[in-house]
Amino acid sequence: MKVLITEYLRINLDTEQWECRRCGHAHGSARDNYKRGLLVYDRDPREIHKPLLDPKLYERTYSPDPQWCRILEYYCSSCGTMVEVEYLPPGHPPLHDIELDIDALKLQWQDREEVTEPAPAPDLALEKVKHGRALHAEMHQHGGHGHQH
Amino acid sequence: MYDNISAEEQALLDKFLADNKMFLGPDPEIMRDHTVTPRSAAEEEVLKKGFDAHQAHHIRGLINAALSEAFTMVNQMGAAPGAKWGDLVTAIYTADGNLAMIAPHGIITFAACAFYPIRFIIKNWMNDPTVGVKDGDGFIHNDARYGGVHNTDQSMMMPLYYKGELICWLSSTIHEGENGACEPGGLPAAAESKYDEGIKMSPFKVVENFQIKRDLVTFLQNSVRDPKLQLEDMKVKLHAVMRLRDRITAILDQFGRDALIATMRMHLEDTEAEVRRRIRELPDGTTRVLQFMDSSLRENCLQKISVAITVKGDRMIADFRGTAPQFMNRSVNTNLASFKAALATGLLQNIWPDLPHTMAVLSPIEVITDKNSIIDAEGEMPQAMSLMPLFKACVAWTVPMAKFNYSLPKRYSAIIASQYDQAATFIYGGLTQHGDVTGNFCGDINGMGQGARSHADGEHSVSPVFGFMADSGEHEINEEDTPIIRLGAQRLAKDRIGFGKYRGGMGYEQIATARGSGMWGFMTGCEGSKFPSAQGLFGGYSCPAYQLLKIKGVNIFEELNKDPKVVEVFDIVKLMNERPLKGGKYSSNDMGMTFELCNEGEIYMICQGAGGGYGDVLERDPALVMKDVEEDLLSADLAREIYKVVFDERTLVVDEAATRQLRDDERRARLQRGKPFDAFCKEWVTPEPPADLPYFGSWDDNSKIYAQNPAINLKVVMPADQLQGFYMPNPKDLQIATLEAKLAAAQAALEACQAAGR
Repeated sequence: MKVLITEYLRINLDTEQWECRRCGHAHGSARDNYKRGLLVYDRDPREIHKPLLDPKLYERTYSPDPQWCRILEYYCSSCGTMVEVEYLPPGHPPLHDIELDIDALKLQWQDREEVTEPAPAPDLALEKVKHGRALHAEMHQHGGHGHQH
Repeated sequence: MYDNISAEEQALLDKFLADNKMFLGPDPEIMRDHTVTPRSAAEEEVLKKGFDAHQAHHIRGLINAALSEAFTMVNQMGAAPGAKWGDLVTAIYTADGNLAMIAPHGIITFAACAFYPIRFIIKNWMNDPTVGVKDGDGFIHNDARYGGVHNTDQSMMMPLYYKGELICWLSSTIHEGENGACEPGGLPAAAESKYDEGIKMSPFKVVENFQIKRDLVTFLQNSVRDPKLQLEDMKVKLHAVMRLRDRITAILDQFGRDALIATMRMHLEDTEAEVRRRIRELPDGTTRVLQFMDSSLRENCLQKISVAITVKGDRMIADFRGTAPQFMNRSVNTNLASFKAALATGLLQNIWPDLPHTMAVLSPIEVITDKNSIIDAEGEMPQAMSLMPLFKACVAWTVPMAKFNYSLPKRYSAIIASQYDQAATFIYGGLTQHGDVTGNFCGDINGMGQGARSHADGEHSVSPVFGFMADSGEHEINEEDTPIIRLGAQRLAKDRIGFGKYRGGMGYEQIATARGSGMWGFMTGCEGSKFPSAQGLFGGYSCPAYQLLKIKGVNIFEELNKDPKVVEVFDIVKLMNERPLKGGKYSSNDMGMTFELCNEGEIYMICQGAGGGYGDVLERDPALVMKDVEEDLLSADLAREIYKVVFDERTLVVDEAATRQLRDDERRARLQRGKPFDAFCKEWVTPEPPADLPYFGSWDDNSKIYAQNPAINLKVVMPADQLQGFYMPNPKDLQIATLEAKLAAAQAALEACQAAGR
């Protein structure tokens, strides 16, 4: 039984290993931090969020300040998929962001069918926005502020 | 002194102290409790008789219709710009002050705060012979310390009596804007104490016999820059609440008081039960995220918000310990009740949008904070720009809850990266072209880019981070009412993207100037100029940093008169790089700017921001990359460099084999440059924050909080349970000191030269 945890990670409950969802590579014990099985790269944020304003003219260019912010990129050590990114001040300890109770997870999935692809779900937040907008437009069209759209 | 006193003496002492309390300030007993109170005797008695779920469903529908109607009234009649965009709410509360239902399209956060002042009224005014609560009374309030998002929002709260019995409370809240603070517009980033924040209304009676008391309104009007607005919207809110009262009374006539009391109570209890059921479905464990705010809106400094969500069975604990300490003279603090209201909003906005909009959504969730942190600040701390941490609270759930939710066999809504979370809009004030004094803000605050989703790109400029339904305003109306002229608007900010397999929805550029006023000015209150704000998910990148751009010392109207083609397209990047307006002073600045005057025709430019990206950029469908290029959202260079797509720039035809090859090469390059995590950490992790970084919050241990500001040689490390506030120097004083030092050095050099006879 494998449990999907993120776009790129799953937990194999039989082997108790974190696995890559792209290549199946085992990253290490599911009871440990999955990041320990990954490769990390300290990325200068200006390489991703490139300066859009001329750096010769301006100090602030739409790029993050590399003295304040770095991007840690985490790669699967087998297939090179970028599993996670983490924006941190220089030197800040990376976060142990997923720490699950594996015994409880096994119990929870005892009676569940295995899920191999993420369950589709309605995009309710967007539906609500669109519904709200339609209502708003309708209200204003009917003379709300005297403007026709 | 007696060591022991009798029960009778104790009761006497308690009564004496209660009767002689010198100041009825915000009450921690009320303000620190976000939970639904236990059933009242009346609720217990009613529910003992049984509960008809079908009838309750019918009544709920009628209440929703009534709340919607009252919402529409305020939306249509409200004078505040915020009312026109939908920045308002109407709500109904139980007799004990539990928030039962919110207008379906209203701003959740407002109502999620307004039960606090109602509880204050119940506790303090109900039995006070000098105040009292009776049919026809209405209470007003704006100070967030008694419950509220911030002091620009004003509520009208009314008890509903039926056959002599208090059955429920009704309210209407609008983001009014102007409130007489030290800066116009109601959001004074310059407030250095709570006494700079303008009027601070504790809950008080302003309506009797359904009539507004003119003496009190006059006092309020006298305290703000927009007296007409103050009166108009008090009337609007009162009459909306009175209409709501009529509708609820009709429900009582039709179904009886028992049915209404039971419906409201079970609505709360059923919602709590459903939240607990959903929590139980999640895996047990802890997921975490860190949020970094990079500005106090007066200076750049990093403030950490530490978030850990723990699930154990049907318990959920949101632990924010390790967060930055409060500032004594900066306005970016918030009190805990406001923070929790924003948490409730975030849960409903992005995690469980299908749940009923009530306080019962957050009620079963335990929230832990460090007292005197920036998110749990003392009442004396200024908190006029509490929006900064509150917007972070709205998105605090998105990353950690996605890590819980992804595994579920049945999910309730889409997995989504963080929405852009900054108040990227112009706040303004001054004299209008009609000779009126005013201050308020623009509706662009409601155009934040949506985070990317697990199945699709985010929507552009979709909504505010704090509400589903709010319009971004109409510039024509704004231009009729104020001297603001939009030179550029609603142009999506090209290349300012949260990249990923799916990209975040983008924000748009706002280019504004002023015309026809003798005195006009702007301010902006945003973070994220050094450290990006909207976080990506599962390998998606965050949004970029954003800046405030200015072209001062020119008058665009005169320039266009001289040469109509001097600026053909108002595009921020082009304007700033090509500098077509000769003699202009071009500058790129932090997105936090306190109020400053804008002379006629000077140009101010900001962007609404992009939501975070989702997934690995190398997995983005090249067709989607080309679509972005074709729509002029993405430049060809970035398509190649970020997404590694090989294509013909003229035809936008993708070379699929070459793209595959380039992406495979990049994956191999990652394997080359990446280091194993443990080895990386040995080199990367430092024991403390970098000494040259102004930094507030924990580092490697949430029980140890750093406060360091190299500008004044401040470095303090405190236990998290003994936090104190920090005083920041005036940036202008620092600038003066720097200039004086330069001047002294130049003077010394000059004297040395003179002494040497040169």
